[in-house]
Amino acid sequence: MLAGNIEARKIFNNFMHVVIVILTVLALIPLISILSYIIYKGYKVINFEFLTSLPTPAGDIGGGIGNAILGTLVLVGVASVIGLPIGIMSAIYLNEYEPKGKFAEVVRFVVDILLGIPSVVVGIFAYIAFVKPFGGFSAMSGGMALTIILIPIVTRSTEGVLKLVPNEYREGSYALGVSKWQTIVKIVIPTAMKGIVTGVMLAVARAAGETAPLLLTAFGNQYWSSSLSEPIASLPAQIFQYAKSPYTDWIDKAWGAALVLIIMVLFLNITARIITRKKY
Amino acid sequence: MGENKIVKKNEQRSSKISQSFLDKTFKNVTLFFAVIVVVLMLWMVIALLIQSKLSIEKFGFSFIKSTDWDPVQDKFGALPFIYGTIVSSIIAVLIATPISIGIGIFLTEISNKWMKIVIAFMVQILASIPSILYGLWGLFIFVPFIRDYFQKPVGDVLGWFPLFSGAPIGLGMLSAGLILAIMIIPIISALVVDIIETVPSDLKAGSLALGSTKWEMIWKVVLPYAKQGIFGAVIMGLGRALGETMAVTMVIGNRAEINLSLFAPGHSMAAVIANEFNEATGAVYYSSLIEIGLLLFLVTFILNAIARVFIHKISKVY
Repeated sequence: MLAGNIEARKIFNNFMHVVIVILTVLALIPLISILSYIIYKGYKVINFEFLTSLPTPAGDIGGGIGNAILGTLVLVGVASVIGLPIGIMSAIYLNEYEPKGKFAEVVRFVVDILLGIPSVVVGIFAYIAFVKPFGGFSAMSGGMALTIILIPIVTRSTEGVLKLVPNEYREGSYALGVSKWQTIVKIVIPTAMKGIVTGVMLAVARAAGETAPLLLTAFGNQYWSSSLSEPIASLPAQIFQYAKSPYTDWIDKAWGAALVLIIMVLFLNITARIITRKKY
Repeated sequence: MGENKIVKKNEQRSSKISQSFLDKTFKNVTLFFAVIVVVLMLWMVIALLIQSKLSIEKFGFSFIKSTDWDPVQDKFGALPFIYGTIVSSIIAVLIATPISIGIGIFLTEISNKWMKIVIAFMVQILASIPSILYGLWGLFIFVPFIRDYFQKPVGDVLGWFPLFSGAPIGLGMLSAGLILAIMIIPIISALVVDIIETVPSDLKAGSLALGSTKWEMIWKVVLPYAKQGIFGAVIMGLGRALGETMAVTMVIGNRAEINLSLFAPGHSMAAVIANEFNEATGAVYYSSLIEIGLLLFLVTFILNAIARVFIHKISKVY
C-alpha cells in the first residue's frame, strides 16, 4: 500500500484531487447551460399576452400558452386531489399501524416498483384504463396518469418522515388517554407536517413536468378546455409540440413555455428544500 | 349525586365505545388506501398483459429478435428499439458512473461544509429539471454543439472506425447517451453520497494513521467498502436511463435502424411508444407498442430489484 516514494504519492494524491474536482464541475456545466439558455431564450417571449392567451397558428403574431398553463394546473390539481390522500393515508397505515406486518411489506414493495416504472408505461396504463373505456383523450385520464406518478413519491417520503416522529410523543399521548387515531391526527401528523409538505411539493413538481404520459392521455388542446372529459393542453406537451415543429416562432414559444415550467418546478423544489433543509 | 355518577359513567363508556369505533374506522380507512396502491399495481400488470396478448401470440419470441417494424404489413419486431435503448443507456452509465463517483467523493471526503451544501443543492436542482426541458436544450443547444465540436473533428480523424463512421448529423445514439448521462448523474451521485457516508470513520482514520495519503485512503478503503452499494446505485441509474422518454426521443433521431456507428440516428423503446402510440390504428400495431411497454416494465422492475439488494446490503439508506 505504501509503495513508491512519498513525494510521488503526494503528487498523485493532489492530481486525483484535481480530477475529482473536474468531474464534479463537469456535472454542473449542463445545469448552468440549461438554466441560462432557458432564461435567455425564454424571457424574450414572455409578456402578459403570452401568459394569458390561446396559441395561434404558426406565423401569426401574438398568441400564447394561457391554456397550457391552466391545463398543467388542472392536471396537477386532479392528481393532488386523488393522489395525496392515497399516498399520505397509506403511509400512515405503513408506519403507524403495521410497521412490520406482511401486508405492509407488500405495499412497500409495490411502492418501490411504482417508483421505478418508466412514466411512459404509466401513460400506456392510463390510456388502457381511463382513455379507451371512456371513448377519448381527457383531462381526467391525464390527471389519473399523474396521480399514479405522484402516489409512490408521496407514500415513500411521508413514511420516511413519520418514522422520524419520536415514539415518546405517541406514548405520552396514549398515557393521557388519547385514542390512537386522535394521537395520529393531532400529534403525529402535526409533528411531521413540515416533512410531509416537503414530500408533497417535490412530488407535485415531478408530476408537473411529466410529458410522456400526457401525450397518451390528456393529449393537448388548442383551446380552453371546459370540462375534465375533454382533452386539455399542458405546458410539457405544448413545449414538445412547439419544439419539434419547423417554425421558428413556435420554437421561440417553446423556450418561453420552458421558462414558465421551470419557474414552477424550481419554485416548488427550492421552497421545499428551504422548509426542511434536508441533508443531502 | 348517584344519578349524576351513573350518567357520567355512561357518557364515558359511550365515548370510549365511539373512540374505539373511530379508531377501527380510521385504521381501516388507511388500510383501504394502502390496498388501493396494491390494486393499482396489479391492475397495471394485468392490463399490460391482456392488451399485449395479441402481439405476444402473433410474434412470440421473434418480437424481440426481428428488425421489421412495418405497420403497413402488420409485421412488428422490436429489436431496433431494444438495441437503441440498451446502447444509449450503456453510453449513459459509462459516462455517468465515474462522474457520479467523483461527485460522491468530493461531497463526502473533500469539500468543506459550505461547498457541500451548495453543490449538493445544485445536483438536486439538476435532478428536478423535467425530462422535456433536457430534450429542448438537447435538441437546440447540445446536439449542435456535439455535432460541431465532437462529431466533426472525431469523424475527420477516426471516421474509418465503425463506431465513429457516418455523417456527423448530431442527432443520434451518442447524443441520446450523453443527455441520459446528465440526467442520471444526480440519481447515482445522491446514492453514492449516502453509501460513502456509511463507511466507518475508524477505517478511514486507521488508513490515514498508517500513513496513506487521502487518495490512497479513498482508493483502498472507502471505495472497496462502498463497492457493492455503488454497483447498486449504478444499476438504479441504468433503470432510470432505460425508461427515459422525452429527452431521448428529441435527440436520438427516431429511426428504427440498427447501426453500429454511435453517430447514426436510432430509436428507443420508450421513444417509439411516445411517438407512435396515438397513431397506432391497427390492433396488432397497438398491441405491439403495449408489449414494448410491458418489456420496459419488466426490465426496469428487475433492475430496480437487483439495485435494491446491493444497496440494502451495505446500508439501509434507501
